[in-house]
Amino acid sequence: MLKKLRRVGPPLLLLAPSLILVGVFVYGLIAANFSTSFTDSHTAAQATRQKPTAFVWFTNYLDLLASEDFQHSLMNLLLYTVVFLVGTMVMGFLWAWMLEKPVKGEGLFRSVYLFPMAVSFVASGVVWRWLLNSNQDEQASGLNRLFQIVGLDVLQNNWWNNITFGIVAIAIPAIWQLSGYVMALFLAGFRGIPDELREAARMDGASEWKLYRHVLFPQLSPVALSALIIIGHMSLKAFDLIMSISKPANYQTKVPAVDMFVFKSSFDYANAAAVGSILLIIVALVIVPYLIRTNREEKR
Amino acid sequence: MRVNRRTTATVATAAVLGLTLAACGGGGTSGDGGGEGGGNEVEVFTWWAAGSEKAGLDALVGVFDEQHPDIEFVNGAVAGGAGSAAKDLLQTRLQAQDPPDTFQAHAGAELQDYIDAAQIEDVSDLYDEFGLADAFPADLVDRLSSEDGAIYSIPSNIHRANVVWANPTVLEENDIDPEAQYEDLDAWIADLEKLDEAGVTPISVGTTWTQVHLLETVLLADLGPEAYSGLWDGSTDWEGAEVTAALEDFETIMGLTNDDRDGLDWPEATQMVIDGSAAFNVMGDWAVAAFEEQDKVLGTDFTAAPVPGTDGTFDFLADSFTLPVGAPNPDGSKAWLETVGSLEGQVAFNKAKGSIPARTDADPAEFSEYQQTAIESFANDTIVSSLAHGAAAPVATLTAISDATSKFTTGAADLAGYQSELAAAAQG
Repeated sequence: MLKKLRRVGPPLLLLAPSLILVGVFVYGLIAANFSTSFTDSHTAAQATRQKPTAFVWFTNYLDLLASEDFQHSLMNLLLYTVVFLVGTMVMGFLWAWMLEKPVKGEGLFRSVYLFPMAVSFVASGVVWRWLLNSNQDEQASGLNRLFQIVGLDVLQNNWWNNITFGIVAIAIPAIWQLSGYVMALFLAGFRGIPDELREAARMDGASEWKLYRHVLFPQLSPVALSALIIIGHMSLKAFDLIMSISKPANYQTKVPAVDMFVFKSSFDYANAAAVGSILLIIVALVIVPYLIRTNREEKR
Repeated sequence: MRVNRRTTATVATAAVLGLTLAACGGGGTSGDGGGEGGGNEVEVFTWWAAGSEKAGLDALVGVFDEQHPDIEFVNGAVAGGAGSAAKDLLQTRLQAQDPPDTFQAHAGAELQDYIDAAQIEDVSDLYDEFGLADAFPADLVDRLSSEDGAIYSIPSNIHRANVVWANPTVLEENDIDPEAQYEDLDAWIADLEKLDEAGVTPISVGTTWTQVHLLETVLLADLGPEAYSGLWDGSTDWEGAEVTAALEDFETIMGLTNDDRDGLDWPEATQMVIDGSAAFNVMGDWAVAAFEEQDKVLGTDFTAAPVPGTDGTFDFLADSFTLPVGAPNPDGSKAWLETVGSLEGQVAFNKAKGSIPARTDADPAEFSEYQQTAIESFANDTIVSSLAHGAAAPVATLTAISDATSKFTTGAADLAGYQSELAAAAQG
């Protein structure tokens, strides 16, 4: 018994601080969030216990999911995530593929592509708000003006002010910022494939396409999955970029994170917590299978 | 090996203890941070951190130091987001029962949440003590009183929301008389449409809250002051035909605004009138500071008038100061509130900020040309409460109305849907 304690004790003690901190500040607060979301605490008076709160269980969730406005937010989130994911993966892969062959000035290109990631979403949002100005024709500025100058007037549009697809315009700066990161991931993946494999494939008479299809892509798939997960969960948590390009009250660019902020600002803590829980569940749906998979692979 | 293991255990224990202590200590000090106001300090929480607002606060502090030399003023101003950053922080501090000695809030219904949450004190007896009930217009005192007749804050300044700013040069170029006095909205809309045909942006507007601001003045113009006030106490029917007509006017006017509105805040929208890229802009009278900063002269470079159809009505909003429950230094708070309500304090503050005193005994000659007209209207007009600035409705109602308005002006809802959403929002 004592022996066992001696063996397990010190490591456990060493881990204890982080276990306690994570337990309280992550899992404890998640539990608190869920318990708030099950109450009817919709006013300031209830938050300070001046008026009673009651447990209503899933009523807030059902009301939210049934409301047209929240469905619009979820739809926006889905659109944003799909465009953001596809955009960064395609751009990132293309850049990595081009830089993968030894080219002159590779270091320079790599930095240029990676650089936007160093800018904060808030700072780039301020610039992109101007670029994505929705004025057209005489009053146009930003990208719409650029289209006029190069004679592509038909391409002018109202960007993020479109009710259905406005959110896609906000994915453009997000793609611009994160493509370089995906490129770096893919580039590392390419470099990790030994040259012998390519040579062997060529010796066996594989065409360039077959080489990629059957030799390189399978080796890159873990990298692609990591990139998907990282970009995917960033996209689900999108808030700062949307807030700095648009405004929280703007219907066309609402996503759940913005709804959560608006609810919180008007003392509706129960609904804010419910939106937070829904977001957590969506992110968990993406992350948990990935964690299980990596765990399994490590055990092997 | 044994020594080694024992050392490890000791280090680990020390680490745990250290972190636990640090965590507790952290909680303790942050609690004290705001609570140190006891003794002879008064922490005043505002969002007046820049521009004319900062100048006004400085002037007010000057008077405070004269009237209460024994109390030290501690500036708790939080910058950012037109007050939203400050309100967020305030919300957190009040929830943690760590209130400042006094905080800035819009007077009127916006205080209701703090009242319901028992976070601010009734200051009615301070009105008697400082003789404020007679110094403020009776109409205003009525609007400041909550449902139970108590008053929870002391206003420092008054702003008017129903003002339309115009660029006379743009109007003259398009054969519209800049001096024209519009009887009602229809006459005004006719001129707006004329401007639209000439290819000028007839009226500039900004993001959602400025659209709500415009909506409120349109409602006021079409319904008149009595029915407009009735919207907030339930005596006017939101689903009624009169409201429908007003919303139709709102729809027409929104159709004549700039396309990039949702990305602009009020300074950018007002700037369009200053630059001559738009003819009109409806904004509260704080906009006068934007014109004056750029050396524009009232009457020649720009004009200001009540929104057509609202002449004789003063759509008011006010900043005010409160006495939070559990303020660390309530005597300091009362001293600050006394200065805020005093004639010297109100004159000094408003001369610098560009608003007008809530007191009726200030000498208009001390103020600028625009302020003098506002002081005169405030004394003679019917006073109604502004929606967009928290005087007429609590935060939750305003949020719901803003959401509905954004949905409508982006085109995601039709007029009937908008009207029923507004009705639902007003019911709470």
